[in-house]
Amino acid sequence: MPEETKPIPPSTFKVTIDNITIDVPVGTTVLNAARKIGGDVAPPAMCYYSKLQGSGGKCRTCLVEIAAGSTVDPRPMPKLVASCRTTVMDGMIVKNITSDKVKDARAGVVEFLLLNHPLDCPICDQAGECHLQDLGYEHGKEGTRYEFARRTFTKEDIGPYIQLHMTRCILCYRCTYVADQLTDKRVHGILDRGEHAEISTYISKAIDNDFSGNMIDVCPVGALTDKTFRFKNRVWFTKPVDAHRNCTTPGCCGKTTLWLRGDEVYRVTARKDEWGEVQSYDGKPGWICNECRFDKKKTGDWVVEGLTKINRHSVISQGNYDGLVIPKETIQEVMGGRDPKILMDIHDESEVNEPGIHLSEINGPAHSDTFATNP
Amino acid sequence: MSRKLLLDKEHVPGIRGYDVYRREGGYRSVEKALKLTPAEIVEEVKRSGLRGRGGAGFPTGMKWSFLAKPEGVARYLVCNADESEPGTFKDRYLMEFIPHLLIEGMIVSSFALGSNVSYIYIRGEYAWITDIVENAIAEAKQNGWLGKNIMGTGFDCELYVQRGAGAYICGEETALIESLEGKRGNPRIKPPFPAVKGLWDCPTVVNNVETLAAVVPIINEGSEAYSKIGVGKSTGTKLISACGNINKPGIYEIDMTISVEEFIYSDEYCGGIPNGKQLKACIPGGSSVPILPANLLLTTAKGEKRLMNYESLADGGFATGSMMGSGGFIVLDEDQCVVRHTMTLARFYHHESCGQCSPCREGTGWMERILKKIENGKGEMKDIDLLWDIQRKIEGNTICPLGDAAAWPVAAAIRHFRDEFEWHVLNPDDCLKRNYGLAHYADPVYVPVTA
Repeated sequence: MPEETKPIPPSTFKVTIDNITIDVPVGTTVLNAARKIGGDVAPPAMCYYSKLQGSGGKCRTCLVEIAAGSTVDPRPMPKLVASCRTTVMDGMIVKNITSDKVKDARAGVVEFLLLNHPLDCPICDQAGECHLQDLGYEHGKEGTRYEFARRTFTKEDIGPYIQLHMTRCILCYRCTYVADQLTDKRVHGILDRGEHAEISTYISKAIDNDFSGNMIDVCPVGALTDKTFRFKNRVWFTKPVDAHRNCTTPGCCGKTTLWLRGDEVYRVTARKDEWGEVQSYDGKPGWICNECRFDKKKTGDWVVEGLTKINRHSVISQGNYDGLVIPKETIQEVMGGRDPKILMDIHDESEVNEPGIHLSEINGPAHSDTFATNP
Repeated sequence: MSRKLLLDKEHVPGIRGYDVYRREGGYRSVEKALKLTPAEIVEEVKRSGLRGRGGAGFPTGMKWSFLAKPEGVARYLVCNADESEPGTFKDRYLMEFIPHLLIEGMIVSSFALGSNVSYIYIRGEYAWITDIVENAIAEAKQNGWLGKNIMGTGFDCELYVQRGAGAYICGEETALIESLEGKRGNPRIKPPFPAVKGLWDCPTVVNNVETLAAVVPIINEGSEAYSKIGVGKSTGTKLISACGNINKPGIYEIDMTISVEEFIYSDEYCGGIPNGKQLKACIPGGSSVPILPANLLLTTAKGEKRLMNYESLADGGFATGSMMGSGGFIVLDEDQCVVRHTMTLARFYHHESCGQCSPCREGTGWMERILKKIENGKGEMKDIDLLWDIQRKIEGNTICPLGDAAAWPVAAAIRHFRDEFEWHVLNPDDCLKRNYGLAHYADPVYVPVTA
């Protein structure tokens, strides 16, 4: 084999993750290298967001085992490391789903994240597109061992556009990075510490910024949701389509996903990539302004491009058929144009229902009295 | 009587002031150090074998040599005076009574590291000490030990004191740096380490108060003389802050050759347990290190006498040993309840968790609640195993060592005192009225005889 090995250009490192070896540019993180391989090899990430500088390292769901540090120094790392904040070295060997230690630690982290989570998915607008739901489903255990009251917070109104549900927050800090890096004046941060730490706008100052709405898109859970979409619809009943408009706000890409029912725009979001992050265009993240997000709620405001591609494992993909072919009625064709012959009418034999009674005309639920022949 | 290097002049009246301190030989080390090159001083500290006195025990000289020295970038020395570990109060004593010793050590260290602006990050609750230290800095400046062109050598150095705001987490070096920069005191994700990117993204060394003070005798006496004190890799002297059920709580300077038994029972040190009670357990190095029952504290699992130094206290690993830590020596007598004690510590770590990473934020509170349940006689057997599982999932999986520090006391308490936890579960009424007592915790350790 050695004669077939191509000389490695100095700008890339070889890294092996779960027995799959790839070349990645120098400076790539273990998480991004794993995302290049894709599938189950990519560790889940709740706080890391590639478009937000300084994010990551906090949630600990992306912990991986480094079985060998590099070719030069093949010693394993003593602790599990956060893959989102660890850069690869040449010859590094990483174990993600092939490591029992990782699986155990990850199940632990999922349990910690869900410990105080209200699990109010049935009334949460994020349900169906919630990363915590996915994480719990894929890496968590059934049931909880926590038997104490879950933590609550004093409700806080953070303005007309964004709904804050602090009880659902997992403190990923992504929204504070949005406030720091996208909006012109930071009025959003973390208050208090430990278990009581909470995101807030400090002294309830309303968030009034052109790009504050992006906090909703980066929030992995239902802590920050769109107030204009609140309780309007379940996301899986809406039909996402890609659309754009000529937005004049500087920094807004104008490319969005509209969430429709019929012709009605229920919600506008930025477009998401396969990792649930905002799409990039020419290397720039496609953030959208609050005008596009909250004020343009008519299809006429937008140029619709077509259906949004939704991962088929997502609940949102139900009813979202791309190029649907409705199957033809084939009976007449195979019968040579003739109608099928009825061999037996069930009503000749049985009185279980009355063909004369149409269900749609019954007032209220149907029961046996409805079909009684001798009422 | 062991040799004193730091507290040898503590009894001199007025040692807190500059004149007396100077008369007693203060600032000699600065005179000596400024004639050496910075590299020579680093080498001296390396040879002395001095280990960080803040808790981790990392060799100071080694830490100093890791400091990156890029051209045209400032370097900083930061003194970690955010002493908040329950049971530890040695730095407070040093700064309160001999503040010039710290300043002297900081000038020498700043020169060795090339730091022209150095900071003392002091615990917020030490409000009155801030004044003492700032006063001492002003005196040192008046006498030409700080400021521009110190002693005509061309070396400039300024010292500033910054008060914390009452957070234990700011004793973690990267959280301390964040706080010093005026931000929320969240620990940073490492790497990069402070030696490469620390304060204001510049190379930074963070050292404990006692570590920096120990640089003074190293320069004065020479690294060779310093390294001869103590045993093995535990060189020099260590300040121990002893508290709990002992006759003479306080600060003791030991040379790390004495045994734990001597330290507790001799009149020179703690003076034994009051009221004729018996020793039950002890945390030898501050609240974060594993608690040991009396038998394992006084002798190692091999049956040897345990000594008051880094190696001997850690002998046996976490299974049968503990750690030197920061020297916060907490003694528990037979009337103390280990469950209650562990609950108190768990409450502390729960309160002090910064909340940045999930295992520590959620896990510390969970552990406290379960311990409270057991302490109040409402515990179940499964709770003990659950506690063990929680601490296991926190340890090693967090950004900073606070997670480990919260997990270790719980782990050690269950490891060594499981019977006491079980007694609480099995005797829900009794445990509210009386304590488990000494039980077998002082019985001689069984040492298997090897053929």
